[in-house]
Amino acid sequence: MARMKFLCDADRCIECNACVTACKNEHEVPWGINRRRVVTINDGKPGERSVSMACMHCTDAPCASVCPVSCFYTTADAVVLHSKDLCIGCGYCFYACPFGAPQYPKTSNFGSRGKMDKCTYCAGGPEADGSQAELDKYGRNRLAEGKLPLCAEMCSTKALLAGDGDIIAQIYKERVAKRGYGSGAWGWKVAYKETVAL
Amino acid sequence: MLIKRKEGQAARQGLAAALAATGAERLDRRAFLRRSGLAAGGLAAIGSIGFGSVREAQAKMPVAGKPVEMKKNMCTHCSVGCTVKAEVQEGVWVGQEPAWESPINRGTHCAKGAAVRELVKGERRIKYPMKLVNGEWQRISWDVAFDEISKKMLEIREKSGADSMWFLGSAKFSNEGAYLFRKFAAYWGTNNVDHQARICHSTTVAGVANTWGYGAQTNSYNDIRNAKTMIIMGGNPAEAHPVSLQHVLSGKEVNRANMIVIDPRMTRTAAHATEYVRMRPGTDIPVIWGMLHHIFKNGWEDKEFIQQRVYGMDMIRKEVEKWTPAEVERVTGIPGAQLERVAKTFATEKPSTLIWCMGATQKTVGTANVRAFCILLLATGNVGGMGNGANIFRGHCNVQGATDLGLDVTTLPLYYGLDAGAWGHWARVWETDIAWLRGRFDVTKAPDGKETSMMEVPGIPSTRWFDAVSMPKDQVAQRDNVKGLFIMGHGGNTVTRMPEMVKGLEKAELLVVADPHPTTFAHISNRKNGTYLLPICTQFECSGSRTASNRSIQWGEKVVDPIFESANDYWVMHQFAQKLGFADRMFKNITMVKGKYGMEPEAESILREINRGGWSTGYCGQSPERLKAHMKNQDKFDLVSLRAPKDAPAEVAGDYYGLPWPCWGTPEYRHPGTHQLYNTNLHVKDGGGTFRARFGVEYEEPQADGSKKKVNLLAEGSFSKDSELKDGYPQFTYGMLKRLGWDKDLTEAEKGTIERIGGNAPDNVSWAIDLSGGIQRVALEHGCIPFGNGKARANAWNLPDPVPVHREPIYTPRTDLVAQYPTRPDFRQFRMPNIGFTVQKAAVDKGVAKEFPIILSSGRLVEYEGGGEETRSNPWLAELQQDMFVEINPADAADRGIRDGAWVWVLGPENGSKARVKALVTERVGKGVAWMPFHFGGWFQGEDQRGKYPKGTDPYVLGESVNAVTTYGYDPVTGMQETKVTLCQIRAA
Repeated sequence: MARMKFLCDADRCIECNACVTACKNEHEVPWGINRRRVVTINDGKPGERSVSMACMHCTDAPCASVCPVSCFYTTADAVVLHSKDLCIGCGYCFYACPFGAPQYPKTSNFGSRGKMDKCTYCAGGPEADGSQAELDKYGRNRLAEGKLPLCAEMCSTKALLAGDGDIIAQIYKERVAKRGYGSGAWGWKVAYKETVAL
Repeated sequence: MLIKRKEGQAARQGLAAALAATGAERLDRRAFLRRSGLAAGGLAAIGSIGFGSVREAQAKMPVAGKPVEMKKNMCTHCSVGCTVKAEVQEGVWVGQEPAWESPINRGTHCAKGAAVRELVKGERRIKYPMKLVNGEWQRISWDVAFDEISKKMLEIREKSGADSMWFLGSAKFSNEGAYLFRKFAAYWGTNNVDHQARICHSTTVAGVANTWGYGAQTNSYNDIRNAKTMIIMGGNPAEAHPVSLQHVLSGKEVNRANMIVIDPRMTRTAAHATEYVRMRPGTDIPVIWGMLHHIFKNGWEDKEFIQQRVYGMDMIRKEVEKWTPAEVERVTGIPGAQLERVAKTFATEKPSTLIWCMGATQKTVGTANVRAFCILLLATGNVGGMGNGANIFRGHCNVQGATDLGLDVTTLPLYYGLDAGAWGHWARVWETDIAWLRGRFDVTKAPDGKETSMMEVPGIPSTRWFDAVSMPKDQVAQRDNVKGLFIMGHGGNTVTRMPEMVKGLEKAELLVVADPHPTTFAHISNRKNGTYLLPICTQFECSGSRTASNRSIQWGEKVVDPIFESANDYWVMHQFAQKLGFADRMFKNITMVKGKYGMEPEAESILREINRGGWSTGYCGQSPERLKAHMKNQDKFDLVSLRAPKDAPAEVAGDYYGLPWPCWGTPEYRHPGTHQLYNTNLHVKDGGGTFRARFGVEYEEPQADGSKKKVNLLAEGSFSKDSELKDGYPQFTYGMLKRLGWDKDLTEAEKGTIERIGGNAPDNVSWAIDLSGGIQRVALEHGCIPFGNGKARANAWNLPDPVPVHREPIYTPRTDLVAQYPTRPDFRQFRMPNIGFTVQKAAVDKGVAKEFPIILSSGRLVEYEGGGEETRSNPWLAELQQDMFVEINPADAADRGIRDGAWVWVLGPENGSKARVKALVTERVGKGVAWMPFHFGGWFQGEDQRGKYPKGTDPYVLGESVNAVTTYGYDPVTGMQETKVTLCQIRAA
């Protein structure tokens, strides 16, 4: 099986937010929940760079290791998913996540956050692939249809890559070799305990 | 990694925590705005949507197990022309898929394109026709709307004349809609018909066409992949045309191309540049002349190209001599060494392309600016080839097409102009009696008794309509003031001087807004009656073609039926034409088909009529059948050359994608379209060409001693590949064919048509009015381009500044430069006075720059488009940008005690205008420069007007419009407004 990963080429990302609205569109994600977002550093200054961020589907995902109800699981494609039926909205995963991925529909006192929501790598949840129940709870399941996450597929400059880790790392390496610069695969060290050697 | 945090900020804190991990600086435009805006009043309701399950709150998700149909259309936002692939289930648009096969976007989108499906869910759209009754919105039927509006229009016509109705069309129309609207105005009897191009690239069209023939992007987004050097000046495509950056960055990476950004702001585009040059706003011509100074001094110009293909470069040399590095630095602020480096790169590392946008065009010197840009390209031999050219990025999805099809106060469709020849041509195409058409127009009488038919008089542009409503009647050179406004698909907050616009709006007797959204027009004034809102559907809810910036025409198929009670442009125009009594004439040759509310004009049939008349611009070969074949075979076209190989399916083999105009001859002639204009390396039948011989064969050039010298305007020793004429030649006419002995190649039918058109003087029938297409065909067969082989003009003697000269903005902080570089004297244009000089002088005399010391500029954000009504009504986009803001430099902010994220007042120098917005303190703008996006509306002079929208149609995000504080200033050629340089003061609120 493939080992699915995300890779954002910060030298290509122009912060157009297509990844963000593609995600909203594909899964009808409501206002206030952002499964993906783009962050810009050094905004307005020389060296300004943007990175598109979402759940990175980590190796040994920290969210999973802190979850008190073990609602997380890793698919054969190494996509980290969770069960909204099991989730109690405790928010531990939020503290554990290095990427700020977990989202909660409500922010009120006394911990009633509601069921956690996050990027599914367009791979749905524990319900049967393509079922109405899965659609209702997690949005569409593209992976089961042989498609990749829509955020990466629609990225305007093809900065955000999704797919098998080895393949997208190879694409990125070739790109860097050709153009002669590259600031590295952002977040890979944290998420996958490895870097793309340039 | 646990960090301390406050309860209740989980989602937002997550971002900060993640960033803290990177050790990077945290604050960016969105981070701060989102934090500040999330709980704002109007948004609370959306924020609280339950999310136990994702789906409950929203309906239109696909249902498992039902068949899905794929439809193809194009994004309705910018001019890149991204293909949108829609999944439709049971008549509902349920999903978007990447259109990998499109050579333009290869599956990708920006935030707007990836969110277009929301437009046809359209919770905030106008759901049914409405009118204002004593200040209250009331629901009415379409029939009542048509009856009441047309009755009022006829009453205005009776009382004040045809010119008292003013028509504003849209760059969001399809080509067919744009053409119909122009035709509608012609049959109503007025040239008061305009659209967004006025405030976008009207100066480009005028300046570029006056230089080398056509006022359009010479190459394409894809062709930028071939460039070795690109200068982006006055444009921020990373936000305005994000998908174009795919091509730009590929070029930069694959060719290791130089990507130079010259702009007052360090934009998101500049962040990816190999060199960023900061200039003072409003000094484009000195920057270009400064570059040319180095180029001429060092002999980097392309001497052969200039000698063969350019007229008047010596006059440019003379003007450029004045622009020494010291003077350029004094005026523009750019260090000489940096500009020399940029000039050398551009002139010597070729092919080089110049990319520009509103930063160049929206100026009182807009036309002169783009002329200077073209001259830089000509001097360095960078036009008419692969990877070079003027890559002018147009704004709206069909602003190129709507411009081509004549939604313009100065011309009929396809740049024929307004003279008798132009009307004659279109009357023949329309098979309408020209005397009847003439009778539709007002006739004015001058004090000396001389009568003028308004048929050939340019109308009132979109930048000045409110002056035409409010000014004393004797100041407006038509029968009466403008009394009625008929507005289809155009925002109300995109034109400068809004306080005066509001007065005009209140004085008008009739206001019709036909649009998917209410727009600023609907809420900003205190009108009580005589105001109508008509729900128009988007281009996803009807079929038609649209022309992308690179002149490629794409056919969009209807994705779903118009939602709610909305209807398409074609039907609405036909209904009005019926009520006004000219439908039979206007739709004489247009097929009617069954639509949502009965019979409506068929888009294909309208396009065929365009083909029958579109010779001047090569809109004659793109039949609906060919365009549909291109959409079907998108995957066959090459990413870089845009061409389909010879072994592609016969219906597209050898074509350039979208048959970019000019696509000569009849559709059956199968011209492939033109990827790069004026490319002499190709045969004309392969899309080659030369500069257009549009300005005559010879010019009598005035000399210093008062005499006149005849100079040749035809190309010398330069011609397109395999041309039988090995030198310059004038445009083709029947007479010229005879002289060449080529008339024998015409068929009898073609000759018959030519002689019928020509009457007594058939020899004068040109390639542009020959309805048979024979003259074009014969010229092409001999390897010649129908419009002739001329020189481009560095000296455009018919323009106010034949050689572009620097002129300070009307409101400039550099009052010390005004005496040396004043704006043009007052004069009359477009039926009204242009008093720019008086305004500039008064500003200097009164010391306005002391009270308002900061330059105010404006521009675009990636999530929003135009006036923003549509995109601010799209929750997927609106969530990303919730507050109107002003970018202010940290030094200016510190001087004023302004904190980042705080409310401030931006004060304008006219009408005591003011806008309440948030401060974004950033080095993106230089000291003394502030910048605001132009997409906001719904607040005015500090007041929230949400309650004035019809219920349920208010966009999610409202804010002040930058044009609440923008000021006077109009280009002398096109009446373009000045949005990029004015003055303001900023104070903490």
